[in-house]
Amino acid sequence: MNRRALAWLILLAVPASLAVAVWHGSVDIPAARLLAALSGGGESIDREIVWGLRAPRALAAFACGALLALAGTLLQALLRNPLADPFLLGVSGGAAAGALTAMLIGATLALQHLFAFAGAAFAAASVFAFSIRPSGWNAYRVILAGVALSAGFGAVVSLLLALAPAAQVHGMLFWLLGDLSGATDPLPAVLALGVAAVVAQSQATQLDLLALGEDKARSLGVAVMAVQSITFGCAALATMAAVLLGGSIGFIGLVTPHLLRLMGVHDHRALLPLSVAAGGSLLALADAVARSIPAPVELPVGIVTALVGVPALLFLLARTR
Amino acid sequence: MLATRSLSIALAGRTLVENLALELNPGECWAVLGRNGSGKSSLLLAMAGLRRPSAGRVELQGRPIDAWPRRELAQRIGILLQDEPADYWGNTLDYVLLGRYPRSRTAYSEDPAAKGEAMALLEEVDLAGHAAQPYRTLSGGERQRARLAQAFMQDPECLLLDEPLQHLDLKHQLDVMRALARRAAGGRAVLMALHEPTMAARLCDRAVLLYDSGRVLHGRITEMLTQDNLELLYQCRLEPTGGPDAQVFVPR
Repeated sequence: MNRRALAWLILLAVPASLAVAVWHGSVDIPAARLLAALSGGGESIDREIVWGLRAPRALAAFACGALLALAGTLLQALLRNPLADPFLLGVSGGAAAGALTAMLIGATLALQHLFAFAGAAFAAASVFAFSIRPSGWNAYRVILAGVALSAGFGAVVSLLLALAPAAQVHGMLFWLLGDLSGATDPLPAVLALGVAAVVAQSQATQLDLLALGEDKARSLGVAVMAVQSITFGCAALATMAAVLLGGSIGFIGLVTPHLLRLMGVHDHRALLPLSVAAGGSLLALADAVARSIPAPVELPVGIVTALVGVPALLFLLARTR
Repeated sequence: MLATRSLSIALAGRTLVENLALELNPGECWAVLGRNGSGKSSLLLAMAGLRRPSAGRVELQGRPIDAWPRRELAQRIGILLQDEPADYWGNTLDYVLLGRYPRSRTAYSEDPAAKGEAMALLEEVDLAGHAAQPYRTLSGGERQRARLAQAFMQDPECLLLDEPLQHLDLKHQLDVMRALARRAAGGRAVLMALHEPTMAARLCDRAVLLYDSGRVLHGRITEMLTQDNLELLYQCRLEPTGGPDAQVFVPR
């Protein structure tokens, strides 16, 4: 397919996926009533479901998926490693350890989020501090520090789960499984998405040049250390915003950039915005499926993304040279 | 134009280059010769401002190389590195167009003139038929020629090349040496690390010989590429053949 047509198709998927996410849910609302509710008329219960529940949820899912896909694309370019994934930074482990600690000491919901944020920020800052040296940046140190921190946080989380009373364990699982059921306020994530996407876009061509190696990029006039630090900062911000909204939703961050590359989108000027569009649309659709298919029970959306993401990636891999 | 002032380079406690003073000027074509590990790559990296020397400095137009803004430096000095990861996902034409980055805010262009220039360079390195092929699927020799085309696209005043002939067959070795000689004749300064004294004798006008323990000799190619110098350099016996006009040294 022509690249321009593909780009338009992916961009059109954004309103389409949001429409599907608003339309579908555990309660069936016919199209006419849905349109009436969307335009501010119709029955008040419909308006409440559409504007009070589904629209914020659809937007939250979109923002979360877009943030994860953006972070994945940035980290894969930064580390020049196709297996890089937003959770490599230890951010999800840090957030989970922070939130679980807050739950265990009986903190309020707001305090739980503050603890989660502190844990995530601590993890990202630690990985950054271990990776950067006066002589420069080292991708292996990022990966090793991230893996080590994730393992450490995993142990802390297991310890907290072992110590927690049985009644609290279900609430704690939110941080371990990706789940958007508590995502009622998408505004902070949408703002973080706006900032991260704009800053990342300013680094797009430099990220292409980083694929040639640091020395070559520097010899072509790229301020390598600055680009790497900005990219890391953007990826960490995007991952933190996504994790605080939806926990550890897997596969979107790893798979979306690969899906796009396998469809022929490689330069970061196109890859970054299309990752945002495709990752957001994929998660909005996955969340609509998680909410609708087994209604009235709700599946954690992380299960849907894994069940769809893995075969999609394998299919594309199989038909690529 | 590009000069080393009392330049010394050490790596892992070993002195590779000691107290080197050479000046690369427009129109000159230099060969850097030496055994494996003698410091050819380290010298090129230091001259490109990518590694700090252990002593002395590198100056471009009389100004220390560290004092140049990165982008302005990239418009004046280009380097072909010995190794480069093959991680680039795009096609060969886009890969070559990345060489425009120092002169254009975005490296790619819808600008037909830039595309035309890149296509002409692909033609020059015999890759015109591979423009739309993904860079990472090229063979080793094709990739090497694409990297040369990218360096030509950058079109710096000083072109430093670390083993430009690696992976190339004989015909393409000669094509590339001629392309480099054309650039020198056109007023660019060219300096390349080579393992082929015969190629150096044919197409370069000056040579730097890097001996063990940091000793460096440099001067006109005819004075440098003598049997004695090369036997001491490569530490093996050589037999001169081919007569005085086209001298070839064969290991004995």
